[in-house]
Amino acid sequence: MSERAGVEVRLENLVRRYGTVTALDGLSLTLAPGELVALLGPSGCGKTTALRLLAGLEEADEGRIVIGGNDVTGLPTNRRNIGMVFQAYSLFPHMVAWENVAFGLQMRHVGTAERKKRALDTLELVGLGKFAYRYANQMSGGQQQRVALARALAINPQVLLLDEPLSALDAKVRSRLRDEIRRVQLEVGITTLFVTHDQEEALAIADRVGVMQAGKLEQLGPPTLVYSRPATPFVADFVGLTNRMAGTVRGGAVEVRGASIPLVHPDTPDGPATALVRPEAVTLTGNADGESGPLIGTVIAVAFLGAVSRVTVDLGDTTVLAQLPTSAASQHPAGSRVRLELRSDPVLVQREETAPVAS
Amino acid sequence: MALTRSVQRTRRLKLQAFRIAIFALAAVFFLIPLSAMVEFSTRANNGSRTLEYWQSITTYPEMTDAIVASLQLAVITSFAMLVLLVPTMVWVRLKLHRLNRIVEFICLLPLTIPAIVLVVGLFPMYIWLGTNLSDSILTLALAYVVLVLPYCYRALDAGLGAIDVKTLTEAARSLGAGWFTVMWRIIVPNISNAILNATLLSVALVLGEYTIANNLLYNNLQVELVHLGRASAGTSIAVAVGSLFFAFVLLVAIAFVGGRPRRQRADPVAAVAGPLQASQA
Repeated sequence: MSERAGVEVRLENLVRRYGTVTALDGLSLTLAPGELVALLGPSGCGKTTALRLLAGLEEADEGRIVIGGNDVTGLPTNRRNIGMVFQAYSLFPHMVAWENVAFGLQMRHVGTAERKKRALDTLELVGLGKFAYRYANQMSGGQQQRVALARALAINPQVLLLDEPLSALDAKVRSRLRDEIRRVQLEVGITTLFVTHDQEEALAIADRVGVMQAGKLEQLGPPTLVYSRPATPFVADFVGLTNRMAGTVRGGAVEVRGASIPLVHPDTPDGPATALVRPEAVTLTGNADGESGPLIGTVIAVAFLGAVSRVTVDLGDTTVLAQLPTSAASQHPAGSRVRLELRSDPVLVQREETAPVAS
Repeated sequence: MALTRSVQRTRRLKLQAFRIAIFALAAVFFLIPLSAMVEFSTRANNGSRTLEYWQSITTYPEMTDAIVASLQLAVITSFAMLVLLVPTMVWVRLKLHRLNRIVEFICLLPLTIPAIVLVVGLFPMYIWLGTNLSDSILTLALAYVVLVLPYCYRALDAGLGAIDVKTLTEAARSLGAGWFTVMWRIIVPNISNAILNATLLSVALVLGEYTIANNLLYNNLQVELVHLGRASAGTSIAVAVGSLFFAFVLLVAIAFVGGRPRRQRADPVAAVAGPLQASQA
């Protein structure tokens, strides 16, 4: 494979409307050269629209798209030099794998021998050199998506666009292919926009994750930051699990059932609020048989997740999820009385469902 | 277990017998009239076998002209139908999805209009065409394109429905293909069976068309067959059998060309390693 340097990609104030619905509402996003940014969000949040605008498959009503310093807003898809992997299997059924990969090269008038060599090299890159002579219907879903990735990369695109390429695959293949995509992306060094609704996928492979809602970017940052310091209650809710616990904000901290937890935004005005607490910030400390208190409750379920387990505790007026190592969780079977402890990781609070305190 | 197997075997045998019976019935239904036609077209007045009627086809210049004209009409109509329908249907699927119903309605409309009504509607246009442009029989292709629309629309619609037109088009576009390349290199090869089916229907309809040609005073194959039937019944039947044989050859061609199974291309490495790795992701 030839060495490639990624380019900067800028989406500036993109607006896209479908009739009265605004799918993208002034989206601005800059991808650094060679960076992989994942756009994450629920269905209809505008993430796929953003990707399709960047690909040129749809036209923006307002805004600008700049790839490698060139304004490509008005350029048709076939003149943008982008590589794209689609959610649906998109291999051309009448061509074998290497012909699929070579198609883009043929469009660029690369000679037959060179075309075939580069197609076979790219198939090797994605580990499918031995499948070069297979048709799409002779390959599994994972293999087809890898060929689609090779096809997108073979043309030396300036940007790689991945539109939920793993969503049609089963869990094991998805996880393997996810790592494969990241490996290839790092090896090639191509600027990549990855769209997904699967937070695990986004957090696992992206340099930065952008969480979208209603056509807007709620937060953009490294996965660890988005998870540990969500900028808005929506991000806290959407990325990972969250316990919603009633409390009172006082002096830059929130008091929840007798425990004081610092706030992500310490300037939040005092008053009643709902604290958004991660399950891993909740720990269970010892047996509490016969005791009572605001943080003492009964285990009602233990969900085994492998190395960790998720314990649901009934506190009487609410239930709380705690995520612990399985060895620790096994000491608290369903029905046992336990005492909860809330770690002092900074949390977000929400005043009401309709009026989040996001600052 | 043994009982289940026995029941399955009995059921399979019954199904097999049912299939054979249906096939035999269909064969009898089609073959008896055909063999009667062949028998009639090869029977001399004295009862002996002769190819006189078949040989005499070429001695009727009007018939030869009509056959050539009908074949030309079949080719022109099929080509015009494909050029009109394929890009339109693809475009509607890609960009104008809301018009899908309207296009379908327009294409199916000729089904509800009797041919004789169509002639009444087309007559003024053909008078104008004959006076101002051309009175060639090939102008019948205009009417025939309308006539074959419903059948060809259905065949092409089924073909396009079997592939993901939008994703394939977008994939090709993202790789640098222009619209013509998308149509010619991506869409057409993937609906080749549907195109062949539509073409066959179009050819069959044009070769069998009588009402429009006769009422617009053109002599195509069917019109000449009727004329010839009055002069020489044997030759008329020979031409009819010939037309049917031509349609049969077309069907066989489609079965072999269009329905050719897609096989893995010869590659010694893949042939050995492939099956082992096919089960992997």
